[in-house]
Amino acid sequence: MTAHAQFLDDEPARATVTVAGATLVVAGVTLVADLSGALFWEEQGLLVVSDLHLEKGSSFARRGVLLPPFDTVATLGRLAAVIARHDPRMVIALGDSFHDRTAHDRLSATDREALAALQARRDWIWISGNHDPALPSDLGGVVAEEVAIGPIMFRHEPSGAPGEIAGHLHPKARVSTRGRSMERRCFACDGERAVMPAFGAYAGGLSIRDAAFARIFQSLGFMAHVLGDVRLHTIAASRCY
Amino acid sequence: MFLRWFAGRGWSPRAHQLDLLQKARDDRSALLIAPTGAGKTLAGFLPTLVELSAEVSPVRSSPLPPRSGGEGSGVGGLSAHTTAGELAEAPPTPDPSPPRAMRAGGGEKTPRGLHTLYISPLKALAVDIARNLETPIAEMGLAIKVETRTGDTPVSRRARQRRYPPDILLTTPEQLALLLSSDDAPFLFGSLRRIVLDELHALVTSKRGDLLSLGLARLWQLAPQMRAIGLSATVAEPESLARFLVPQRDGNSEAADIVVAGGAAAPIVEMLDTKERLPWAGHSARHALNEIYDLIKGNKTTLVFVNTRSQAEMLFQELWRMNDDNLAIALHHGSLDVAQRRKVEDAMAAGRLRGVVCTSSLDLGVDWGDVDLVINIGAPKGASRLMQRIGRANHRIDEASRAVLVPANRFEVLECRVAIDAVAENAQDTPPLRTGALDVLAQHVLGRACGEPFLSDELYAEVLTAAPYAGLTRTDFDDTVDFVASGGYALKTYERFARIKQDKTNKPESRWRVTNPRVRQSYRLNVGTIVEESMLKVRLVRGRGGGGSGSTGALGRGGRMLGQIEEYFIEGLVVGDTFVFGGEVVRYEALAEDQVYVSRASDKDAKVPSYMGGKFPLSTYLAERVRKLLDDDKAWKALPEQVRDWLSLQRHVSRVPGARDLLVETFPRADKHYLVCYPFEGRLAHQTLGMLLTRRMERARVRPLGFVANEYALAVWGLGDMSFMIRQGKLDLGALFDPDMLGDDLEAWLAESALMKRTFRTCAVISGLIARRFTGEEKTRRQVLFSTDLIYDVLRKHQPDHVLLRAARADAATGLLDIRRLSDMLARIKGRITHRELTRVSPLAVPVMLEIGREAVYGEASDELLAEAAEELVKEAMDRT
Repeated sequence: MTAHAQFLDDEPARATVTVAGATLVVAGVTLVADLSGALFWEEQGLLVVSDLHLEKGSSFARRGVLLPPFDTVATLGRLAAVIARHDPRMVIALGDSFHDRTAHDRLSATDREALAALQARRDWIWISGNHDPALPSDLGGVVAEEVAIGPIMFRHEPSGAPGEIAGHLHPKARVSTRGRSMERRCFACDGERAVMPAFGAYAGGLSIRDAAFARIFQSLGFMAHVLGDVRLHTIAASRCY
Repeated sequence: MFLRWFAGRGWSPRAHQLDLLQKARDDRSALLIAPTGAGKTLAGFLPTLVELSAEVSPVRSSPLPPRSGGEGSGVGGLSAHTTAGELAEAPPTPDPSPPRAMRAGGGEKTPRGLHTLYISPLKALAVDIARNLETPIAEMGLAIKVETRTGDTPVSRRARQRRYPPDILLTTPEQLALLLSSDDAPFLFGSLRRIVLDELHALVTSKRGDLLSLGLARLWQLAPQMRAIGLSATVAEPESLARFLVPQRDGNSEAADIVVAGGAAAPIVEMLDTKERLPWAGHSARHALNEIYDLIKGNKTTLVFVNTRSQAEMLFQELWRMNDDNLAIALHHGSLDVAQRRKVEDAMAAGRLRGVVCTSSLDLGVDWGDVDLVINIGAPKGASRLMQRIGRANHRIDEASRAVLVPANRFEVLECRVAIDAVAENAQDTPPLRTGALDVLAQHVLGRACGEPFLSDELYAEVLTAAPYAGLTRTDFDDTVDFVASGGYALKTYERFARIKQDKTNKPESRWRVTNPRVRQSYRLNVGTIVEESMLKVRLVRGRGGGGSGSTGALGRGGRMLGQIEEYFIEGLVVGDTFVFGGEVVRYEALAEDQVYVSRASDKDAKVPSYMGGKFPLSTYLAERVRKLLDDDKAWKALPEQVRDWLSLQRHVSRVPGARDLLVETFPRADKHYLVCYPFEGRLAHQTLGMLLTRRMERARVRPLGFVANEYALAVWGLGDMSFMIRQGKLDLGALFDPDMLGDDLEAWLAESALMKRTFRTCAVISGLIARRFTGEEKTRRQVLFSTDLIYDVLRKHQPDHVLLRAARADAATGLLDIRRLSDMLARIKGRITHRELTRVSPLAVPVMLEIGREAVYGEASDELLAEAAEELVKEAMDRT
């Protein structure tokens, strides 16, 4: 099988499709949910990504689990693509940007430069998360616990308050039909609050049917905006598990 | 002494048993090929018993306590359960005689080496053999100590076995690997004279065989005097199996001597001559239930083999529904609770059962002399496989085994017919010997580093002596060592986290050793190559009725444990779906952690079919014979009339597939167009073919919608009029089926294939990249904090030639994707495609067409599935108005 070492990076068909986003309304504000898992607030020129978990690979490696060390490169590459698409004025990284407290020290020089290039000419806010509660100041941008813009409050851990956009939970949805099933990352949103999917290449997911989501949304009356291959699909949470 | 013992029981040693003894005297390794019931295991131990009896004086000469009956292991004066503590108190009699002579006194002060190692694929078998060995040893009055070592052996006994080894140790490949990774290995195995490998034909077909071969390679270094005896059922290529038993040297294929046990009575095999109408499709054999029941009733004890767990479930349930005579019929399959399986096995051994419905879970294992009939339901799949199953009846070599084959549909009639012919000719179709897998090698390399530090050059030379690895390149070896050390990544960032290290980097004379004790601990917890499907426990609770919400809230927890079920099956269910499990129809209620809660359903039929296809595809050999049978209408007279009529009609409206070509039919039906082809290459290869064909048809604008595959055929449907397109030259069948689909199309599909990701996960676990069990507190796989699917995606993009991806691709050639078979088929039919344009479905196409809707439609789940779910939402919203 080694004869087939030629891998296609992406299907040609896919590259030509204009990336379609879905529209999310949170507390009266309309946002574009990007297929990559980022959220774009057009009027503010604001791009939000959550749970990058940079250097998760090397974090495991420290404990003897030698996961491929390409996750930071992969995550920053996808981040660069979505930034190029929207050219935001401001970027908010919604917490758990680094997988552990010392992860930023392990960034390679190349990754550091790539990150700096993304930060150039725009405001950058690191919101602290439980994985990275104390970010150093030399990473560029500013560090904050939470950020309020208009009616929206951006913070890492969701509290369920109206107008809140949070991350932390890594929502994913599983859909089944006739014995087939698939599982994808998703935005969870009920019009008043939203939980964003994790952006990091190695970030796993938590089913939106987990009790943690019930605490935030009070009922199953919320929607999963599921990241498909070519577009987002809006599916009732009660239909997923 | 041995002749006396045989004579005492009214036996005389069989020719092959004496042959094996002679091979041992000649200092040769040997492979014994014998059908079940030939006294194979005793034959394997005869050389050991003879050698040991020459070294130990019969215990009659020394005063002995009476033998404690039925005790697990010790024989003739040695306590069966001597603990380390007792040993410390043992009389410190200095032993002036050579080590092996001092036995009967019970003193174990002088550590003695092991004489014989016995390896079995099943731990139950090892325990059973230990019991069987005790009889001749006790009756001949020999002071020989026999012990087992399995995952169930207490830690204290294991520790003692390492210091005070028995004469004969019975164990499994995994335990051997563990022993070899310990510091005691040179001491423990230095004296080893014999190794007996039981059920070798079954072991060598999997990665367990690879692991065992590497263990053997190590043993040949530690104990050059060791000779092997392999015990095997009849196989297609005994010569290549015989190579497994001796070290391979410098590219010369060395082989053990082969001893064949003759004289087995030919089995009596027939096909059930049903009075009922033969079904077109399906695997249930419901039509023959009465006849199956009568067979069980008419015999003393019957084993009823089926191919899948769900078939076993269904059949068991149906048999009990009609069991007016209250016959003792039991169920046995791999996902039932272990305690329940043991109960069935014990009842069987005690002769209390009239019938057992079972899956391959009973293919191997303990002998039951009283089985007088084997019924095989459904497709036999392979000739050798069928013969081994038939051998489960009447384990007396001089009596003929009796078997009845019950085909569940018309195609299976063809398969049963050629299988019966193959059995009559004693034709074998076991798979060829494996090429050793790199993920298993990685596990072995880590295990080696856990013991004495090794030199790369020496280990490479050692590994080459293992037959499956005789062709291993130095590059593959070095990449594997690099992987074990620091991940083997192009990006060299993990040197400081290395698991094994050389004292001086990149110096060939520098030895590799583990960097910290945690690595050793983790290796020991994760040894082995059996990666179980992720299983969930099934518990029976009281149902809530109605359409539950699927949350895990108020449902009562606990509930009786029914057994285990594959996680991927449950993932495809929606709360409220019914399926058959544990012999009854149950309703899916909820999922919590690793527990599935189900309730008893009143439905007679389950809503979701759980026929997931057998583990084994139709063998290439039987497939070829089926094609030949179809091609030769004179041979049809051996077929039932219903089947002959079916084939004649097919010839009339279309044509019958030829022996070497590929028949492709296209026809419209309702508002769709269909393409059906008949490669006869098994479900797995057809599934892969379906994936690749639909990609190509997509590009050719045929607008395919889905496909379904069975063992014999593949049906693809779509919106485009394929007949018309072929007529117009817009669709070229030669190009569609061109072997070049195994190039870019395959790679693009593999990138996303869920089957490929499952294959990769297995390699990641076996190679030790990720752990199944963790040091410290036990965590389940569900709590593992990363997904191998994500790792696969990232690794494939950034280092496509990584050693783990190479290992996964090698597996894909034969495993779930069966790519090699597909590629052989495409080469065979190139330029030999026969197309028939039809106005409607042909008789031969009916079976595969009937699978539509009955089975999960294949096709990787994608956006369509999500879109469908989203669509339901729209519908729901509209309904509300």
